[in-house]
Amino acid sequence: MTWLFLPILIAAAVAAYLGGRGLARRRGEGQRPHSRPGQHGAYALIWTAVPALAILIAASVFSGPVQQQLTASGAPEAVQQLEPFRREAFFADARAVGAGRPAAQIWPAPYAELLPAEGRRAARIDLMLQIGAGAAALLVGLLGALFVFGQIRPGMRARNRVEGWIVGVLFVCSAVAILTTVGIIASLVYDSMRFFSSVPITEFLFGTQWSPQTAIRADQVGSTGAFGALPLFTGTFLIMLIAMFVAAPVGLFSAIYLSEYAGPAFRAVIKPVLEILAGVPTVVYGFFAALTVGPAFRVFFNEIGALLVGGPLDGLGQYLMLVQNQMALVAGMVMGIMLIPFVSSLSDDIINAVPQSLRDGSYAMGATKSETVKRVLLPAALPGVAGAMLLAMSRAIGETMIVTMAAGLAARLTLNPLDTVTTVTVQIVTLLTGDQEFNSPKTLSAFGLGLTLFLVTLALNIVAQRIVQTYRQQYD
Amino acid sequence: MTDATVTPEMRADRLRAGLKRRYAREGRFRLYGLLAIGVAVGFLLLLLGRIIEQGHTAFYTHTITVPVYMDPARVDRAYPQGTNFELLVAEQQLARFGVADDAQGTKATAMRSLFSSELKFAAAARIQSNPNLIGQTVPIAAPVSDDADLFFKHAISRDTPADQRRLTDEQIGWLDRMKDSGAVAAHFNSGLFTKGDSTEPELAGVLGAVVGSALMLLVTAFIAIPLGVGAALYLEEFAPRGRITDLIEVNINNLAAVPSIIYGLLGLALFINWMHLPRASPLVGGLVLALMALPTIIIATRSSLKAVPPSIREAALAMGASKTQTVFHHTLPLAMPGVMTGAIISMAHALGETAPLLLIGMVSFIPGIPHSIGEPTGALPSLVYIWENASERAFHERTAAAILVLLAFMIVMNAAAIFLRRRFERRW
Repeated sequence: MTWLFLPILIAAAVAAYLGGRGLARRRGEGQRPHSRPGQHGAYALIWTAVPALAILIAASVFSGPVQQQLTASGAPEAVQQLEPFRREAFFADARAVGAGRPAAQIWPAPYAELLPAEGRRAARIDLMLQIGAGAAALLVGLLGALFVFGQIRPGMRARNRVEGWIVGVLFVCSAVAILTTVGIIASLVYDSMRFFSSVPITEFLFGTQWSPQTAIRADQVGSTGAFGALPLFTGTFLIMLIAMFVAAPVGLFSAIYLSEYAGPAFRAVIKPVLEILAGVPTVVYGFFAALTVGPAFRVFFNEIGALLVGGPLDGLGQYLMLVQNQMALVAGMVMGIMLIPFVSSLSDDIINAVPQSLRDGSYAMGATKSETVKRVLLPAALPGVAGAMLLAMSRAIGETMIVTMAAGLAARLTLNPLDTVTTVTVQIVTLLTGDQEFNSPKTLSAFGLGLTLFLVTLALNIVAQRIVQTYRQQYD
Repeated sequence: MTDATVTPEMRADRLRAGLKRRYAREGRFRLYGLLAIGVAVGFLLLLLGRIIEQGHTAFYTHTITVPVYMDPARVDRAYPQGTNFELLVAEQQLARFGVADDAQGTKATAMRSLFSSELKFAAAARIQSNPNLIGQTVPIAAPVSDDADLFFKHAISRDTPADQRRLTDEQIGWLDRMKDSGAVAAHFNSGLFTKGDSTEPELAGVLGAVVGSALMLLVTAFIAIPLGVGAALYLEEFAPRGRITDLIEVNINNLAAVPSIIYGLLGLALFINWMHLPRASPLVGGLVLALMALPTIIIATRSSLKAVPPSIREAALAMGASKTQTVFHHTLPLAMPGVMTGAIISMAHALGETAPLLLIGMVSFIPGIPHSIGEPTGALPSLVYIWENASERAFHERTAAAILVLLAFMIVMNAAAIFLRRRFERRW
């Protein structure tokens, strides 16, 4: 663990602070220094700790790949010829054997003998890298401290320099947001490119067959599975549509009631209730959908089907008798419930942003409250409400747990809400939670789906935020 | 323009009629609003009610007190753990009921399956603490198996056809006899809170997941709160208006709306496949959740910094404080209650987040209780997902119980946030 060097580094930083402060006091005696001794000390501390810390962080970020490279490049011929994924497993076991633990799997002849020696070699490399990083960090820290100690004199503007560093660190904190976006795009694009090199992008976007599971069957030579994601897109769309049918009217009407009709006491009770509804984890909604709503709906439709069988609607009855627990309607409805507080609080903000003068004008003309809402407030708030709905749609498309637990796995090209459908997010979860082989199109297709999902939600969000922003400016 | 044929009275009549219609419309509209709120509140009550209804039974469990003759021929004094106590108890119970077993021992197996495998550990512990019990008859409170437990909780009904329930008529008869003899007692299910996950429902507990979630939140808090507060301070107090600042702001707004599963893909690709951090560990989970929580913390911190009136800053600057001193000595401390409230609420959200955890490997069965942030662990929400998928019926009540534990933690965190807000919030 490179991080074992952390206590040493902290001690060094404290020492640098004390040293810098003492030095500033001694050199500034009898004069009127620009900065206080403590600020000189802080400057020394920064130069000791920050570059060293940067090295430690960089080491822990990059040591994994470097370690992999080093252990693999020095390995015997037989190990080098292993597939990358198998090679990783081999070194994991080698490390285990080297440390005296049993290996996770049984290795055939040439590899079994290599395990202990390779394990010791890998451990040596690990140790070397860690000590190297730690030593480099300490050295840089030491140099930093010496650099500052040499500069300390009464005229030095230590305070300004420290403050400059602080602002720099704060900037780095906010740049993490950019780095995260870059990281998301890079990881999605990189693996998606590998996927699209084996499956053409047009087939992915417009193909109507989705059966990635066949791709892992080794005996099917030449079969790479079918990666037409259209059924997933329609499934996602269908569930989103059902969710919006529930969430949009209920959310909008409760927002109107809360902002226009409700008294402060009523608001004080209902607002926290909606906040609780918003705070319930989606996995709980998923549980509710799978074990309460799903069975209830199935029983309901089966009963109706039983009534219709034999009558003029016999076909429909037969169909309804066979409806399953997992249907688009259940997932969509529960997702709609989940979105109610989201839509409601966004719409509430937007309706409240409509200037009071518009309401007063309408009331002065003799309009009732509902007429004011319908003829004045809603038209004025329409762009904002539309933006809110787009944000809710983007949420519905990206929501995972409810659909994973309640929607099902069958990729079907249908818009029937009583059918089992699957969504993009469900497929990502199923593809990446089983046994993974990192180079199979099956696993990589999850990243292709992820990229599509990211781009669609991003577009929805950007459009929605634009709309909401221009709408806000209109009344500012 | 007034029509000559329309008298004022006629107009008033028409208005009155129209007014009635308009008021009716007003009333209907109001009713729709109330209905919408009723639907939302009703669903919340239904959701919580159902989960409590399904989950409350998991908080207690049953034991059957059986006299066990510690047969010296079968109980090894030196190694009591090696004894098959379950079989021993089952055979003695059969003998007591006067049931003769067949050659394959099917009746003993049927009897044995009524008791939890924990019986073995309880009996072995008794012998270990007092080896002199060998040769005597000792009453032991034996934990029951999941099916027997469900029967006592009336979740397995004797009215169900025998081929559709998990207990045979004979087993139900035995359970009835034991119940009638007063040997069956209900206890608080402490195992639920003191054990890790298990493949057997009666032995499964949430402690491993609770510890895993706590370690993960610790990592998240250590990373996300300083980074988030720092970023908010920069954007609100220091940032010059310009391209880069705009870019950062657009980024933060978009990151707040990126689906959580995308963060899971990022964690898988970046932290596990590229940096080779340990799979399913609280470290990776905490890092992913930290990236997710970051935008929320930044937004909350910025709004509480905005709420500090500019007069405070101006006063500090006028007294000769530098920009940094103003921010760190005055603005930030005054904004702190709001910052902490926002941080706690975003931690509560992170606690309930499930999808990214599934992608970084927290779907696998991990029985132990983690001791460090580097070893594989489960988390509360992923445990809910795993248990919900389990086929045993007894896991259903435990899933609901795990949800109740999760909700309890979230309520405590939110209550802390509300308390902070009420106690320290200042209105200027």
